[in-house]
Amino acid sequence: MFRNQYDTDVTTWSPAGRLHQVEYAMEAVKQGSAAIGLRSKTHVVLAAVNKASSELSSHQKKLFKIDNHIGIAMAGLTADGRVLSRYMRSECINHKFVYESPLPVGRLVVQVADKAQVCTQRSWKRPYGVGLLVAGLDETGPHLYQNCPSGNYFEFHAFAIGSRSQAAKTYLERKFESFMDCSKEELVRHALHAVKESLQEEELSSANCGVAIVGVGEPFVILDSKTLQAYIESLEGAKDDQATKIEVEEERNPAVIERQDVSGGGGVGVGAEGEGPSDMET
Amino acid sequence: MRSSKLISVVPRTLPESHLYSFHFIPTLRSIDFFQSLSAYVAVSMSRQPYVTGTSVLGLIYEGGVLIAADTAGSYGSTTRFKSVERMKAVSNNTLLGASGEISDFQAITQLLDRLIVADAMWDDGNDLGPLDIHNYLTRVMYNRRNKFDPLWNTLILGGVKNGVKHLGSVSMIGVHYVDNHIATGFGIHLAQPIFREEWKENMTLEEGTRLLEKALLVLFYRDRSAINKIQVANVTEDGVHISQPYALKSEWNLEAFKNPTASAAGSW
Repeated sequence: MFRNQYDTDVTTWSPAGRLHQVEYAMEAVKQGSAAIGLRSKTHVVLAAVNKASSELSSHQKKLFKIDNHIGIAMAGLTADGRVLSRYMRSECINHKFVYESPLPVGRLVVQVADKAQVCTQRSWKRPYGVGLLVAGLDETGPHLYQNCPSGNYFEFHAFAIGSRSQAAKTYLERKFESFMDCSKEELVRHALHAVKESLQEEELSSANCGVAIVGVGEPFVILDSKTLQAYIESLEGAKDDQATKIEVEEERNPAVIERQDVSGGGGVGVGAEGEGPSDMET
Repeated sequence: MRSSKLISVVPRTLPESHLYSFHFIPTLRSIDFFQSLSAYVAVSMSRQPYVTGTSVLGLIYEGGVLIAADTAGSYGSTTRFKSVERMKAVSNNTLLGASGEISDFQAITQLLDRLIVADAMWDDGNDLGPLDIHNYLTRVMYNRRNKFDPLWNTLILGGVKNGVKHLGSVSMIGVHYVDNHIATGFGIHLAQPIFREEWKENMTLEEGTRLLEKALLVLFYRDRSAINKIQVANVTEDGVHISQPYALKSEWNLEAFKNPTASAAGSW
């Protein structure tokens, strides 16, 4: 994405029919650490990679509860994300006050998308620099949506945004057909596997990731580090059998150094390109 | 009338306001001026009702909700209009019945029409149920009361959604509650005691209708604004059905009515 003379203003079209400022805003989302979402028939799970700017600081909060039945994971300018989550919380609580029933997720997502669109059509504003994965439950079942700075929104079975999300997406594309019938625990394990793909070299622990779940009869909750660590260890448990097998092989053939994980395929995406957020063209 | 300062009072209250972009504000109508002015000054449009409806009764039965009312519109002590429909289907699973000022009831049905249309325009598989509409009306009535400009009605809202039956009431000052059987106006004093005695869980349609008719007959005998022309509405998960108006069989040949003042010397 090279600089050109049509990218100063969000209200300037390029001759190719693109709004470069909006696309740059979507770049900001790609720079943020990864956020992953997936859903089954009964639950939606959100996971986020927690990046701390230094060893001394705490990590950025990326998972937010919006209401008992809705929560979000964000990637990008988390400050913009906090503003949007305040708006979403306000909308949910207003709806509950007037109608005594929870705001349907799809409607909230459209409201956020319309709010984002306004910022793409006013010369005195700038687009929000944050992408949201909205997980929620309503009468029509569990849903996972993505909100873009462009004002677009999409519904997904599973998706990942942020840096190194392609690795996670590849994993999800391989496995998503089985998600519908997964139990809550299996779904969380799939999410953690996807986070692992995004982390690549780092060791997965409750310090560098966060998980949240919402489901039928279960309000949105962000898992505390103890529960999360237990899930991570249950991954390790399944992994240990594989690891010992690998060690045996390595002894025989020390030249072969392969980094395996349970999903058995690393981050090499041979499959088709994931459906990223659509560009202006569509 | 310049409307610059009072515009902010209008948009959020419209059911379809989510469809307007943030920079278009609908033109202030003169009626809005009075209504919004009443937030600042004690301007009241509705200090007394003119054409009124009397009691509305409702009860829950096994298949849904039954609501009944007569078709009279009284003008003070005169029975001025005898074919007023005081119950309206709000959506295909909710019914609204009203006692009190008929014009305010009509304003409420228009408001609910716009609410239902705005909701349908989302076209996303979600729809407003009786609970949502009951609470929406509570907000409307209470907010009008706060502006000293009430909608002079007691509303009965009944419906079924996802198998859950809902029957509730909202008064002109925003008092709201739900129950298995509800009455407004004179019905509170004459019909509710009958319901408390005779209502039971899972009544059939016939049992429910008979109970309502019994209460309506008592009201016809004893409420001077009631007439002998009633409608009964049946709300089930599948839809709303309001019957054609019909009359109840009443008995006026009683001994006590033949010579009422026989024992009261000096009366006529």
